[in-house]
Amino acid sequence: MELTGAQILMKMLKEEGVDTIFGFPGGVVIDIYDELAKTDIRHILVRHEQGAIHAADGYARASGKVGVCLVTSGPGATNTVTGIASAYMDSIPVVIFTGQVPTQLIGNDAFQEVDIVGITRPCTKHNYLVKHTEDLARIVKEAFMIAASGRPGPVLIDLPKDVSTTTITYKAPKKIELRSYKPTYTPNIKQLHSAVKLIKNAKKPIIFAGGGVVLSKGSKELTELAHKTQIPVTCSLMGLGVFPGTDPLWLGMIGMHGTYRANMSSGDCDLLIAVGVRFDDRVTGKTDTFAPNAKIVHIDIDPTSIRKNIPVTVPVVGDCKITLELLNKLLDKEDLGDLKKNRNSWLNQIEKWKSTTPLAYKQKNIIKPQYVVEKLYELTKGNAIITTEVGQNQMWAAQYYHFKKPNHFITSGGLGVMGFGLPAAIGAQIACPKKLVVDIAGDGSIQMNIQEMATAKQYGLPVKIVILNNRYLGMVRQWQELFYGKRYTATGMEHAPDFVKLAEAYGAVGLRATKPEEVEPVLIKGLSSSETVIMEFVVEREECVYPMVPAGAPITEMLLV
Amino acid sequence: MTKQKHILSILVENQPGVLSRIAGLFSGRGYNIESLCVAETTDPLVSRVTMVTMADKPIVEQIMKQLHKLINVIKVYELTGSSYVQREMALIKVQAKPEYRAEILRIVDIFRCKVVDVGREHYTLEVTGDEGKMDAILNLLKPIGIKEIAKTGIIALFREPK
Ligand SMILES: Cc1ncc(C[n+]2csc(CCOP(=O)(O)OP(=O)(O)O)c2C)c(N)n1
Ligand SMILES: [Mg+2]
Repeated sequence: MELTGAQILMKMLKEEGVDTIFGFPGGVVIDIYDELAKTDIRHILVRHEQGAIHAADGYARASGKVGVCLVTSGPGATNTVTGIASAYMDSIPVVIFTGQVPTQLIGNDAFQEVDIVGITRPCTKHNYLVKHTEDLARIVKEAFMIAASGRPGPVLIDLPKDVSTTTITYKAPKKIELRSYKPTYTPNIKQLHSAVKLIKNAKKPIIFAGGGVVLSKGSKELTELAHKTQIPVTCSLMGLGVFPGTDPLWLGMIGMHGTYRANMSSGDCDLLIAVGVRFDDRVTGKTDTFAPNAKIVHIDIDPTSIRKNIPVTVPVVGDCKITLELLNKLLDKEDLGDLKKNRNSWLNQIEKWKSTTPLAYKQKNIIKPQYVVEKLYELTKGNAIITTEVGQNQMWAAQYYHFKKPNHFITSGGLGVMGFGLPAAIGAQIACPKKLVVDIAGDGSIQMNIQEMATAKQYGLPVKIVILNNRYLGMVRQWQELFYGKRYTATGMEHAPDFVKLAEAYGAVGLRATKPEEVEPVLIKGLSSSETVIMEFVVEREECVYPMVPAGAPITEMLLV
Repeated sequence: MTKQKHILSILVENQPGVLSRIAGLFSGRGYNIESLCVAETTDPLVSRVTMVTMADKPIVEQIMKQLHKLINVIKVYELTGSSYVQREMALIKVQAKPEYRAEILRIVDIFRCKVVDVGREHYTLEVTGDEGKMDAILNLLKPIGIKEIAKTGIIALFREPK
């Protein structure tokens, strides 16, 4: 069969089951766009390439499939770098196609040439420059396989213009097998026996789950483990939703803005079962005081995550879901004793921490941001897909929206990139058209990719944007308040656009609440609309996120309200 | 923990960009490279990288895992701590004033190296050996006057059981 590179690309995308591409065109990818139009693959035209990559990321997280993004060479490619870095840090499977100047011009500083493979080498799981049309089919297949398998991540394919236009005799690629890439899915059973022994002997155990459990779809197995062993569960920011936020064994999030009881129990526990986490510094605080009395079992598919930051008693390399399944089976054969009795004093201790120092705020006559999130949770019954921007808004979303299910909290965890929430919400809404998708935003962050309002409108996406407007870069202001003598340098944002008018300018609906009693009516009205809606909440300007562990301190030493 | 010298032998796919992935990993994560040698193996699709790094034990473990995580890396071995042979080659250009020529040739003889270039004012020597030998000959030649030196960096292989 005689096919051009662009035609081969379409064929491969279909074979990979791609139904949506987020992209933005340019000179060297016109041929690809020309072919794309002949397929039934849906193309979402964003307004900025950063929007495309974040949308592909949001799509991947909400659907559990690989997100795809297509941009032109040079500036189109460089505009995706931030989003690639975010997907890389959060291990999100996306494949990015960038156009490139024709092969014979590469290296000549041609118009709109950048070495995007060089630029993204440290922030992709892998990347390729396709030099011959003959290699294209195999590379696309490899890229999708690498992006989605093992510890997932972004893979970039750089496509010179002539590679897309050249016609060759197409041969279907063989089954992909890379001798240098074989992720370990099934764990060493000996290690699991050691873990079982530790679980049986533990008096004060906790489970600490992260994004790896979401990615491996192991939420059910994790919940089963917790219930079977009566071990309380905490999550990293990335793990929220893998264990129901309403379960009596739920400890809340751990870390810099973790709950008092989660952080205290990590300090006091004698066994920490870490599943699909990488012990980020925002979780551990000062590493040598993290879980000082605990034996640690660490389950992760990426061997480099294990013992990178924290010494571990029992390392287990394997897929979280498969490993938890096996662990549960082993535990079923064990006599775990009278769990009610054995866990009693530990669970009581945790209950005491919870009742003396709960997450709290006082709603008086100015709207509290926490109140808005709590109302949003009540009104949506915890069923919405929540994306966030970055800063205080993100932390309040994590603390006050009690996630019940995985894939419902979509946030830029590792990179913490402002401007993530709106495009990610667009991607999530496309993956889940029937779901309510809400971006919990700050007034600063939302302005970083506000142009994607036009995308939402163009495709009739009813995403809801809840802006917690404190007219500050609030999280930075909080640090200045607490650690820099209240010197609020470069964090005041008095000059924001009128968000209601802005929404209207984009053809969307704009609503505003300035008083506490307006919060609920605005939410009800906004959430029930079938339009794209911005809901602006004018909130207490100098509210802080608590608890807070100062950077580098032990996580049991929290600043409280 | 104390830093020690570690010799890593890394089999990689023989493709453009692989070396820069390895070098990027080291610079990006703040690991250090003492020396690095790359060449094709008998399989033209595979290259062997021999790398010497100074690090403490947990860091070396992490380096090896990180290397292995690179998609184009096939295998990573650590040679240090097991039985291996190592060699390095150096070209040393020494000043060769008439009064020193005999002395230099004596050293050449003792260390079984070769004179590969001779001039009115210099000798260029080819030396092969392990680190100990390299240090020893350099120490002897230094007072005579070393003009220039080029070293290959260490290459090494496991010893097979006898
Ligand atoms: C792209 C980017 N630039 C800068 C930062 C640093 N930063 C982290 S939080 C924050 C403030 C965000 O302000 P806003 O969106 O209003 O959220 P708030 O904290 O007020 O809820 C800033 C500037 C960042 N995370 N991302
Ligand atoms: Mg703000």
